[in-house]
Amino acid sequence: MSDAARRATGAEVRFRGGGFAPVSRRWIGWAVFVALIALAEWGTRTGWISALTLPRPSDVLQTFVELWQSGLLFKHLGPSVTRLIVGAALGASIGISVGVLIGLFSHIRAGLVPLVAAIFPIPKIALLPLFVIWFGIDEGSKYALIAFGTFTPTVVATYGAVDNVDRSLIRMGQSFGLSWWSIVRKIVLPGAMPGILSGLRISLAIAIILLVAAEMLGAEFGIGAYILEAGSLYDLERLFAGVVILSLFGVLMSAGIGMIERRVLRWRS
Amino acid sequence: MDIRLDGISHSYGATEVLRDITLDVPAGRIVCLVGPSGCGKSTLLRFAGGLERPDQGRVLQLGAPPEGCLNPLTYIFQDFALLPWRSVRGNVSLVLEDHALPREDAERIIADVLARTKLADFADALPKQLSGGMKQRVAIARALAVNPAVMLMDEPLSALDAQTRELLMDDLIALWTRQPFTALYVTHNLAEAVRLGHRIAVLSRRPGRIRDVVEIDKPLDARLYADPDLEAVQTHLWEMMRDEARAADEELLDV
Ligand SMILES: Nc1ncnc2c1ncn2[C@@H]1O[C@H](COP(=O)(O)OP(=O)(O)O)[C@@H](O)[C@H]1O
Ligand SMILES: [Mg+2]
Repeated sequence: MSDAARRATGAEVRFRGGGFAPVSRRWIGWAVFVALIALAEWGTRTGWISALTLPRPSDVLQTFVELWQSGLLFKHLGPSVTRLIVGAALGASIGISVGVLIGLFSHIRAGLVPLVAAIFPIPKIALLPLFVIWFGIDEGSKYALIAFGTFTPTVVATYGAVDNVDRSLIRMGQSFGLSWWSIVRKIVLPGAMPGILSGLRISLAIAIILLVAAEMLGAEFGIGAYILEAGSLYDLERLFAGVVILSLFGVLMSAGIGMIERRVLRWRS
Repeated sequence: MDIRLDGISHSYGATEVLRDITLDVPAGRIVCLVGPSGCGKSTLLRFAGGLERPDQGRVLQLGAPPEGCLNPLTYIFQDFALLPWRSVRGNVSLVLEDHALPREDAERIIADVLARTKLADFADALPKQLSGGMKQRVAIARALAVNPAVMLMDEPLSALDAQTRELLMDDLIALWTRQPFTALYVTHNLAEAVRLGHRIAVLSRRPGRIRDVVEIDKPLDARLYADPDLEAVQTHLWEMMRDEARAADEELLDV
C-alpha cells in the first residue's frame, strides 16, 4: 500500500468531547412555551381536548383582557405586589443578616443552626392562624407569613455562601491590617454574593407560593383570592388567567435576579 | 527595620513542625528560606507576620519602621490572593482605604506602584483578564503600596511557569536595585534562592530546624541567568537538601 492510500484509509479519531457544557440558548425556552400553548389551542379547537379538561388559551387571554379593562386586574395586583415586596424584602434582609452572622460567629452558629434546621421543614402556611393571632387578620399576618417563608431558605443559602468565601482572601485582608468591618464589607459579602443571589431565587419563588396561600385564606383582593374564587366556581378560564399572572411573577422575578447577577457578578467568568 | 525570629518552636497537635528556629532578617536584604515541602516554611512565615502564634519563641521587630509605612509586615502569597471582583486599581486601593489618606495621596501611591510594576496600562482590568505573572505583579504592587518594612513572600513564583518566573525574578531584582527592600522569601526552588537571596537559610525536613545559613556576596544586579558562581552555590545547597527532600517525600506518601 502506498503512503497516500494508507493515509486515506486510516480510521478517523472519533469525537467524544461533546456535551456537559451549558450554552445560553434563550429562544428554546420561548419555543417550548409557544409550542405548548399552540398545542392546547389546537387541541381545544378540534375537540381533541374537551373544554372541561383545559380552557382554550385564547379564551384565557380574552378573560385576561376583560379583567384588565374592568380595572379589576390592578385591584387584585396592587395588594399582591405590595404583600410580596414587603414580605420578601423583610424576610430576605433579615435572612441575609442572620446568615452572615451565623457565617461569622461560631457562638451564633452553634445557637441558631439547629433552630433554623428545626423551622425549615415546617410548612409555614400551617402557622398562619398563629400569625393571625400575633399580627392581626389584616396585612400584618400576610407580611409575616411571606417574610418567615423567605427567611429560612435565605439564611441557609447565606451562611453556606459565607462559609465558601475563600479563606485565603480573608487572611490577606487581615495581613494588611484591614479592620473587621472592612473585611466583612469588602471581602466576605462580595465573596458570598453569588451564593446569596442563587439562594434568593429559591426564596422568592417560595414567597410567591406563600403569597397565594395567604391570600386564599383570607383576603378580599389579591391574585390568590381571585384564583380561589374562580376555582370554587370551576371557572377554568379565570383560574388560568390567575395562574398565568403568578407564572409571570416568577419569570419577572427570575429575570430581575438574572439582571442583578449580570451586573454584580460581572467579575465571574 | 530588622526582624528577628528568636527560638521559635511549634507543634500542630502531635506533629512537631518547627524546632528552635533563630534567624535574622537585616534591613535592606533578602533572606531566602529553602527546605523540603512540609517542613514548616509557610508556618514560619505566618509567625513572622503575626497571623499565628508559635508555641515557643518570639518574633521581634528591631528598630522603627520607615516613615510613611502603613503596614510594616506585608505578605505576598503564592496564590496571589487578589479580590476577583475588584480591578487592578481597586485591589491596590483596598489596602489604602482603611488608612484615611487624602484622596490625592492615595491616587499618587496607586499610580506610582502601578508604574513601578509596569501595570499602568492595566489599571482597570479585572484579575480574570490577567495572566499569572501579571496577577502576581498586582500583588507586588499592592504590597509596595503600603510601603512595607519587611515583605514576607511565600513561594511567590511557584504558581507561575518557568519563563514567567525568570521575568518576574528580573522584575524583583530591578525593584530591589531601585529601592532596596527587606524580605523574607520562602521558596523550594533553589535557583530562585541563589538568584534573589543575600542570605539563604536551609531548613531540614519536619520538624524544621536550620541546617545551614549561606551568604552570597555577589550584588543582585550582577547575578545573571545560569551564572557559574551561583550554580556552585546551588549545587552545594542541593547536596545538603537532597536526602532531606527524599525523606520528606517518602514521609508525605505514608500520611
Ligand atoms: N493549621 C494547621 N493545622 C495542622 N497542621 C498544619 C497546619 N498548617 C500546617 N500544618 C502542617 O505543618 C507542616 C508544615 O506545613 P507548612 O508550613 O505549610 O510547610 P511548607 O510551607 O514548608 O511546605 C505540614 O505537615 C502541615 O501538614
Ligand atoms: Mg508552603
